[in-house]
Amino acid sequence: MIIDHPLFGPRDASEFVYLGDASLMDRPDWKSETAAQDFHAYAYLRDNPAGPHRELWFHEGGDRSWLVITRDTVTHEITRVELARDVARKQRAPQ
Amino acid sequence: MHDLTPITALGGSAARSDTIAGLTLTERPDVALASVAARLGQETATRAAVGTLIGTEAPGPGHLAGGEVRAFWIGPDQWMIEAPFATHENIATILRAVTGPAASVTEQTDAWTRFDLSGEDLVPVLELLSNLDHRRMASGHATRTTIHHLGCYLVRSAANTASIYGPRASAGSLHHAILGAMGAGL
Repeated sequence: MIIDHPLFGPRDASEFVYLGDASLMDRPDWKSETAAQDFHAYAYLRDNPAGPHRELWFHEGGDRSWLVITRDTVTHEITRVELARDVARKQRAPQ
Repeated sequence: MHDLTPITALGGSAARSDTIAGLTLTERPDVALASVAARLGQETATRAAVGTLIGTEAPGPGHLAGGEVRAFWIGPDQWMIEAPFATHENIATILRAVTGPAASVTEQTDAWTRFDLSGEDLVPVLELLSNLDHRRMASGHATRTTIHHLGCYLVRSAANTASIYGPRASAGSLHHAILGAMGAGL
């Protein structure tokens, strides 16, 4: 499997480590009224789709960047690779 | 008063050099290193400071730039700066004077050991060591890779020279790995 790194181009999958669902980036607000439920959902509840899945990968054998990879869990086809910091900054930017 | 004798990463009093099959592997204890990482919102100022330090534009992803003081890209808005040890023993202080509060500067000299591999036909040796596409890497390319389970920086300093930076505490293992690859074609 080859992952097309946004900065370096194609790199072997053996350089990368899978770190879980991309929703881990969306940490709940601890000051919220529903913080206890939110953190329970954040820590334990995951969708398990048969199809496109957004997930976090770490380029351990490379530049150690965090990536958000959209991968089809049925075919293993990777349709999108983004730097996690770009995704996070886009989410935080005022609408 | 302490009376200490400096030794190289391989434990010798002088830099070690080995020649096998037309290739030379040389230990380089004569360089100082420090990393520069931009603080949030200070990316442009840090990039400019790195440019000032090396006398040319800060290198982009996967590249090296500069002369005697040189920088290679190690991550988004992060660079490793290298300079001669003789003039830059206190490299972090020197860099901090230029970057100011825009960046975090971390002394790295004794975290790494540098080996220079030079010779006409070094690509087959590099191919035995790491999974990068070495034939497509030209002079001026620099990237992090794994060599014998060690996270290393591979910098193509010149057409026939590759500088390999590995963890100093594993200098002996890395040296053994490179020598083994050099001898594999014999």
